[in-house]
Amino acid sequence: MNTYTLPNESGHFGIFGGRFVPETLMKAVIELGEAYESAKKDPSFQAEIGQLLKNYVGRETPLYFADNLTRHAGGAKIFLKREDLNHTGAHKINNAIGQALLAVRMGKKKIVAETGAGQHGVATATVCALLNLDCIVFMGEEDIKRQALNVFRMELLGAKVVSVTSGSATLKDAVNEALRYWVENVDDTHYLLGSVMGPHPFPQMVRDFQSVIGKETKLQFQLSVGTLPDALVACIGGGSNAMGMFHPFIEDESVSLYGVEAAGQGVDTEYHAASLTKGSPGVLHGALMYLLQDHNGQIQEAHSISAGLDYPGVGPEHSYLHDIGRAAYHSITDKEALDAFQLLSKLEGIIPALESAHAIAFAVKLAAEMDESKNIVVCLSGRGDKDVDTVKSRLREER
Amino acid sequence: MNRFEQAFSTLKENKNKAFVPYIMAGDGGLDCLVDRLILLEKYGATAIEVGVPFSDPVADGPTIQRAGIRALENGTTLQGIIAEIGKARQEVSVPILLMTYMNPIYSYGINEFVKDIRQAGVDGCIIPDLPIEEEAIITPQLEEAEIELIRLVTLTTPMERIKTISSKGKGFLYTVTIKGITGARNEYDSELNQFLMAVKEVSPIPVLAGFGISSQDQIIDLTKYCDGVIVGSKIVDLFNSQNLLELEKLMSVFKSKSEIL
Repeated sequence: MNTYTLPNESGHFGIFGGRFVPETLMKAVIELGEAYESAKKDPSFQAEIGQLLKNYVGRETPLYFADNLTRHAGGAKIFLKREDLNHTGAHKINNAIGQALLAVRMGKKKIVAETGAGQHGVATATVCALLNLDCIVFMGEEDIKRQALNVFRMELLGAKVVSVTSGSATLKDAVNEALRYWVENVDDTHYLLGSVMGPHPFPQMVRDFQSVIGKETKLQFQLSVGTLPDALVACIGGGSNAMGMFHPFIEDESVSLYGVEAAGQGVDTEYHAASLTKGSPGVLHGALMYLLQDHNGQIQEAHSISAGLDYPGVGPEHSYLHDIGRAAYHSITDKEALDAFQLLSKLEGIIPALESAHAIAFAVKLAAEMDESKNIVVCLSGRGDKDVDTVKSRLREER
Repeated sequence: MNRFEQAFSTLKENKNKAFVPYIMAGDGGLDCLVDRLILLEKYGATAIEVGVPFSDPVADGPTIQRAGIRALENGTTLQGIIAEIGKARQEVSVPILLMTYMNPIYSYGINEFVKDIRQAGVDGCIIPDLPIEEEAIITPQLEEAEIELIRLVTLTTPMERIKTISSKGKGFLYTVTIKGITGARNEYDSELNQFLMAVKEVSPIPVLAGFGISSQDQIIDLTKYCDGVIVGSKIVDLFNSQNLLELEKLMSVFKSKSEIL
């Protein structure tokens, strides 16, 4: 593969990406792009991020060889990149710190964000508390019910959580409301988008802030095993932990990249969130990307037991990697994710987020098909404390 | 002379201002679209903006969001809307503009869409999530079909960019008068008048103000500084509450007393 430099200057990954936003936001989006380009090249900005990631977030996170899980799967070795051990319990803080520092640099005092599972909302509220920024978080009413603990955490951290009742009252609708809020308050507010989606420069910027995951993994693997891993596995909602893990490996053709979408009750039912497996390209939330939509171009509701994967689109760069065949995208059902949630808890003493449990479930299947000499790294994107209630009531229903 | 040029040259001759009402297609049922278009022309519309319902209308406030949901619940599709406009064309002579987010067009197929709206007699498109940076996705087809892309400028658009945007268009320039989404407002930014005058200064095409306009007083005030107004949420409300008397009264704002009598 030639040197990978996407997106191009206009923010496109092939046909995907771009800046499909109302004119009111164009000035802000262009300014953000310029501010990010200048910050990226500024060693003091990078040093500031590095300092906070180390001393506040607790990076680097371990790359852990899951011996018991490996023996259970009976094939390739499975390593876990422990993003669940970050401060606030997930990878989301990597991006929140980068963008909040950028907002400060741009002189913005207010932050608006959307959240699905609440992990991005908590990360954003945390960083806003640290940097003394006003914080408002839009969250779907359904998700507020599912993730009550995270709502309380955000409020403790000083954020205002606004319940979104429009549409399916989940992540998609929270993004709509956050965008509307941004349109109305664009002068003094930064939209701290939580995934590799939205208008350029967000997909690139969020990827860059998250690519600390892949960069560390590459170094750690080199040090402990001496080679490159054979496969990387990560779950995909919008796709930020996966993009952060994949990006530093895109030009390493020997490394297979696997994204795992939520199949909900099954990809052949109406209740799933498998945008790449079952969707088609379209325009939503500022970018051209794969979407779940009906044949009239109306966006469909996504369904997953995991609030963080419950989104009917997938970031433009994943859409591109899918089309060129550089990454492969599979899906895991609610049931399989629940099983993996319990499996990892029992075998390794690690309770994964339901989102990450999708990646674990797929990795176990993948490992079984691969030779013992091969190595898989799974991005364990978050910890599962927030999901314990959901899992408890689901398991009770099943009995 | 196309219908746009016709409409605006007539206005200019009569020293009048443009009144462009917006309606949500399919709100109240798609079968009343033709009647509503005829009615709006009768009440004096300069051109009519027909909204296409979309599941995720990020530029719209609650009134138009709800109208869109009602329309979608009625089973309204872009295909159906284009067919109804085709029927209305025999009886309606003012320009008809289609206002739609990008995804319904993308899903329809851009070439097919342009071909079909041309055949139906649509004169222009307004695509609120298509800034000039992305418009090449559809402008070659629109230009070939001689359909105008009506571009938007807003209070946040820098003056140099307003120059660039206004020089691309032929129909009119849609000037968003608030920092926000659609819906009635009582107050405007104090700098709005100056902004409209500045836009008028640089724009080679007529400048129409839209977003948040709901009363005759606002309209009279705003049109001191521009060539006309686009009224959306208020019209949607009036149709939804079937208050046609109020609608006729609102739309008579530019008519002399003798015309009304």
